[in-house]
Amino acid sequence: MIRYLLNKIALLIPTLVGITICAFAFVRLLPGDPILAMAGEHGVTPARYEELKEQFGYNLPVWEQYARYVGEVATGDFGVSISSKRPVLEEFKTLFPATLELSFFAMVFAMAIGIPAGIFAAVKRGSWFDQSLMGTALVGYSMPIFWWGLLLIIFFSGYLGWTPVSGRMGLQFFLKPITGFMTIDTILYGKWDALRSALSHLVLPAIVLGTIPLAVIARQTRSAMLEVLGEDYVRTARAKGLSAARVIGVHALRNALIPVVTTIGLQVGTLLAGAILTETIFAWPGIGKWMVDSIFKRDYVVVQSGLLLIALIVMAVNLIVDVLYAVINPRIRAA
Amino acid sequence: MKKTMTFAAALLAASVLGGMANAKTLVYCSEASPANFDPGTTTGGNDFDASSRTVYSRLVEFKHGGTEIEPGLADKWEISDDGLVYTFHLHPGVKFQTTDYFKPTRDLNADDVVFSFDRQFNKQNPWNGEKYLPNLTWDYYTGMDMPKYVAKWEKVDDLTVKLTLTEPNAPMLANLGMDFASIVSKEYADQLEKDGKMADFSTKPIGTGPFQFVDYQLDSVIRYAAHPDYFKGKEKIDDLVFAITPDATARIQKVLAGECDVAPYPNPADIATIKANKDVTLMDQAGLNIGYMSYNTTIPPLDKPEVRHALNQAIDREALIKSLFQDAGATPAQNLIPPTMWSWNKDVKFDSYDPEAAKKVLADAGLKEIQLWASDRVRPYNPNFQRAAELIQADWAKVGVKAEIVNYEWTKYREEGKKKERPGAFQIGWTGDNGDPDNFFATLFACSAIGVSNYSSWCDKDFEDLIQKAKKTSDQGERTKLYAQAQEIFAKQAPAFLLAHSQVYSVVRNNVTGYKMDPLGIHRFDGVDKAE
Repeated sequence: MIRYLLNKIALLIPTLVGITICAFAFVRLLPGDPILAMAGEHGVTPARYEELKEQFGYNLPVWEQYARYVGEVATGDFGVSISSKRPVLEEFKTLFPATLELSFFAMVFAMAIGIPAGIFAAVKRGSWFDQSLMGTALVGYSMPIFWWGLLLIIFFSGYLGWTPVSGRMGLQFFLKPITGFMTIDTILYGKWDALRSALSHLVLPAIVLGTIPLAVIARQTRSAMLEVLGEDYVRTARAKGLSAARVIGVHALRNALIPVVTTIGLQVGTLLAGAILTETIFAWPGIGKWMVDSIFKRDYVVVQSGLLLIALIVMAVNLIVDVLYAVINPRIRAA
Repeated sequence: MKKTMTFAAALLAASVLGGMANAKTLVYCSEASPANFDPGTTTGGNDFDASSRTVYSRLVEFKHGGTEIEPGLADKWEISDDGLVYTFHLHPGVKFQTTDYFKPTRDLNADDVVFSFDRQFNKQNPWNGEKYLPNLTWDYYTGMDMPKYVAKWEKVDDLTVKLTLTEPNAPMLANLGMDFASIVSKEYADQLEKDGKMADFSTKPIGTGPFQFVDYQLDSVIRYAAHPDYFKGKEKIDDLVFAITPDATARIQKVLAGECDVAPYPNPADIATIKANKDVTLMDQAGLNIGYMSYNTTIPPLDKPEVRHALNQAIDREALIKSLFQDAGATPAQNLIPPTMWSWNKDVKFDSYDPEAAKKVLADAGLKEIQLWASDRVRPYNPNFQRAAELIQADWAKVGVKAEIVNYEWTKYREEGKKKERPGAFQIGWTGDNGDPDNFFATLFACSAIGVSNYSSWCDKDFEDLIQKAKKTSDQGERTKLYAQAQEIFAKQAPAFLLAHSQVYSVVRNNVTGYKMDPLGIHRFDGVDKAE
């Protein structure tokens, strides 16, 4: 097991190097000179231009800039935002809980509906429910997040007035963050109406962000279940006279869930990518919105380090999923 | 008797509690997070809304809803006859805000004013560089050419400050009303320096303005309370909240749902919905901007004014504006400056659409081909350069001129476009900084701006003399006359095709009173009230 783990970690190193190169190159390949972009419509004099280039280290050869960057990142220095002048890591730490909280609820939503729907579709294979579920899942998977989010806002918040339009909590509540997770902080403060407000603010963004994972999980659960339902041991269980619920719930589902767990792990990347759009629409103060703002502000330091931090998190989650998978399924370790 | 007393006590308690419950809160759905709260170090309109226009005041202020200068922290000022020395007399007894992180021990004085500017250029000032914040560039201070014009700032006595210039520069007064010229507290700065917490200066602001800072949750909510000792009188709103909402559609939905009271910049597509709603008002104003297209006036045949006029006449401007700005609309430009700016000459009219007349002039001049430049960026004064280029190309084709569209990425576009030898017609525009006509005329068309921001490479002696004289004259009446003449010359010489001044919108709930659109594009909440 330890060997397996070390193997996996060793494989992460080239990925990590690749990501630093990508993040570094991406920012430099964006059209436009960063100094001129920062200067805006006024422009800068040639002397000032040189001065700024030196100040930001853009006068050095590219390899030296890269070496500097990797050196800084390796020591945990992710740089200072050009626009806010605050350390990037500090901003990331402040904002990440919001993204995590939203992603958690999106995932809960996706699993709570996706898994039962997938099971039901597999059991009733070929029925109108199965057909329409698979059709809907395809639509959900192909839905442009931006459009979907605005549609829900206009209908549920604008037309029906059931949910708040955007934000994380009603503005009448003024709580200093403790953990940064609003649902937890409101409980710690014992403010139940604030908790209700935080939950109502989570409904629409969690649905929007959870839509694609929901579609993927439903489809994956259905196909895994179909495969398992055809296995000999399921037929044996049925022949023994067990109830349908017991056959599906105990014998089939447990085995079908293994690929589903992997799928769920892989959805983390989707969630973080989706968070960029969802957070922007719903004014959700997380890292997705932060990245978008920084791109518009041409804050290259934030974009570069933000990309790297997000990639690190995705890699870490994938590593955990790999390990969990090996724990669930010993055959993987040997392979 | 006892019963009456109890009843009176209950009534009193109810009215006190009722009063508390009625604390007036105004929610503004802002479009982006502020970079920080030190207006000297930032450049964005949203940064300024959140700092300089709420927390701070300046020596002079722009009149609410206009570009005229009125007294701010300085009650009055004198300008020496040679235009070189400005003496400001500060309003006595101006209080800085008292918060849980700073308790001022003295009123505003000349030290604060001198410090507010000194920190922006004096490399010896500990607040100028790395010690305060990394990578400080003081963009607006340098962008407005302050280092070139300011010789020194001096304290004469506690309530008198003297500014000496290197050469006369009438727009200086307008510069001092700009956000970067906000007056900060030297006492607060000294305290933070002593405590080794200098960076707090940009995150926990202290000023003399109408609202004081309470809290900022990163990328989410900014809270302010009315400054109780504000020198112009406490505001009617008790609490001001900025709910940061970047998506334009979500912002408008929030106003319609009553989650915010004011929101800026709706999408053009939402304008019809807003107009149809009875609870909100759509406010609009011509922005302090201009979209235009510069002809290189040094390369024949574009060196002839009649050829430039003919190219202007060949463009169906009304159709062009309609296609570009759609429902949002825009004011067709008659002059380089917008009608909201003082000195706008109402008698000057831009070339009217007349393709027949244009065709003849262009044929006589032998103009068959021309370069037409376009970039990828959306600007407030031109939402789609490429679309505009295609429409102009079609109009010019009708008068026998074949236009070749030249494309570049935005920063490269401006680099190439400003070169003296750049041929043809170059689409560009400008958003004003301080409401002074000099900020348009001299920045965009002075001889000295050739190769920098005079994309027409146009240097007309009469025009130049007028704008330079206006720059050195302190009397606004006199300056107005000079700029009015300059506009006549501009119209006659036609160094550029003038497109439009785009409309700027805000959506305001009907129970909000006193909110005014600002031509400078800032969002101010002083003087605003809200009915329950």
